[in-house]
Amino acid sequence: MSFVPAACYHSRVGDSAYLPSAASAVPTAVPSTTAALRHSALVRATHWITALCFLALLVSGTNIVISHPRFYWGETGNDLTPTLFKLHIPASRNLVPTGYGYVLPDQNGWSRYLHFQSAWIVVFTGLLYIISGFVTGHFRRNLLPDKAELSWRSFSATVASHLRFQRPGEADAQSYNLLQRLSYLFVIFILFPFVIWTGLAMSPAFVSAFPATVNVLGGQQSARTLHFFVSLALVLFLLVHVGMVGFAGFRSRMRAMITGRASTNRSSTNRSSTNRSSTNRSSTNRSSTDMEST
Amino acid sequence: MSDLSSRKLSRRKLITTGIAAAAGVSGLGVAARLAEKYGLIPPDHGGIWGLGETLTYASQRLLTRHSLAREFSRSQISKSPFPNEIEPPTDEFKRLQAGGFADWRLSVNGMVARPASFSIDELKSYPSHTQITMLQCEEGWSYIAEWIGVPLSQILQAVEVLPQARYVVYFSIEPDTWESIDMADALHPQTFLTYGMNGDELPVGHGGPLRLRLPRQVGYKNVKFITGLTVTDSMKGFGKGLGGANAEGGYAWYAGI
Repeated sequence: MSFVPAACYHSRVGDSAYLPSAASAVPTAVPSTTAALRHSALVRATHWITALCFLALLVSGTNIVISHPRFYWGETGNDLTPTLFKLHIPASRNLVPTGYGYVLPDQNGWSRYLHFQSAWIVVFTGLLYIISGFVTGHFRRNLLPDKAELSWRSFSATVASHLRFQRPGEADAQSYNLLQRLSYLFVIFILFPFVIWTGLAMSPAFVSAFPATVNVLGGQQSARTLHFFVSLALVLFLLVHVGMVGFAGFRSRMRAMITGRASTNRSSTNRSSTNRSSTNRSSTNRSSTDMEST
Repeated sequence: MSDLSSRKLSRRKLITTGIAAAAGVSGLGVAARLAEKYGLIPPDHGGIWGLGETLTYASQRLLTRHSLAREFSRSQISKSPFPNEIEPPTDEFKRLQAGGFADWRLSVNGMVARPASFSIDELKSYPSHTQITMLQCEEGWSYIAEWIGVPLSQILQAVEVLPQARYVVYFSIEPDTWESIDMADALHPQTFLTYGMNGDELPVGHGGPLRLRLPRQVGYKNVKFITGLTVTDSMKGFGKGLGGANAEGGYAWYAGI
């Protein structure tokens, strides 16, 4: 597999023609403008649509769980059978033995409508993102770690810098570090497909056409329990993701994901990160910024 | 780069965007007309949830028109089938129950050549069928049971459904409890008028003496205490036209998911 050198991509960012003021004043040729952006328009649009859908899925999914906060393994389970585990929360149905003396209002009607509608939108958005990610080379260029990065030394250096809570430097504003790449790939290609699969495996009509999708999971209740855990994993990712955005610089990272333009704020380059020093990625870019800051 | 070339570029972009938008809109129009023609638009397609509901119904109808719900082995039958709550029985129900449901009637009317009314015994005179399938509630719980009954298709055949029929509406003895399904589900071999469960009579808690069993849709479409069927080509004129009491209460009409 061959990689487009990341340095080529980054070196354009520093080009004065693409500074925010210049870029907005002169409508330049389309291809180089997109290359100069930290995040392409498609990545930004799909990111925010996915974010909105995920919040809708989370709220509606929580409401659905509240109607029966008990989990099982295998094909079946109900109020009369033992559980795998249960959430110690009140329920929105009065026959669920929760130990609470009250019942929450039923929210399942609109929650189910919202859950499935958001699921449809996020599936279409995800397909658009994945197809374009392969076509444009976004995955290969921005998410797939290169060989040098996959060395043990590089990996431990990245982990160590994370463990020391080292604030990301300028290089990380222009390119993803190894842990970022791996976690984004995991979310995109493992967690999202699995949450869709386990969701569909709960549908009695869907599994009538594709019974293997639920049988290999061990049954319909197993699919439900797995769906719950994959959702928790996605929530954990969301929390760390938002936490890291705040840690790295909320304003600059939000600006990059909204306007597409990376931060040009030089003050942040003083704390140049060492977590990627073992690789040659973006060396052109870093050497130029390092020279400016020192 | 000159101003002229950038203007040309933006004009070209404008034209292609315009063509793409027009193609998209007309494509949607064609898709909508085709979907209507092939019965892929659910009665509750309006409002803010119409998009998701229509996509779910249309795609599942295309994928699952003839597929069979999973059947289980006898050993997988749940020892504790949860009957869920039922409304306090009406006086009429109590009277029929006291008579052993001998006077229970299922009336079948609407777009049929020969409207008819069946007692439970008359339904039992048709060859009985069984299925061991899962009942799953939209809340998340489930159980597996053996269901004994007569496929709805046999009754629809007996009353000779007219070709323009599109839905079968079914009514419960419980006030304001009714639902409807499309003909694909109504004629599906696992859609039963169920009078028995696990080798016995269908218990009242599970909808006895007569429950509509529809294993490819979740619990709330499996209405208990069935007293009437009406065959129709349109849901207009039935309540708010959304296709069922649950849909009027904010739940999706199609519940295959």
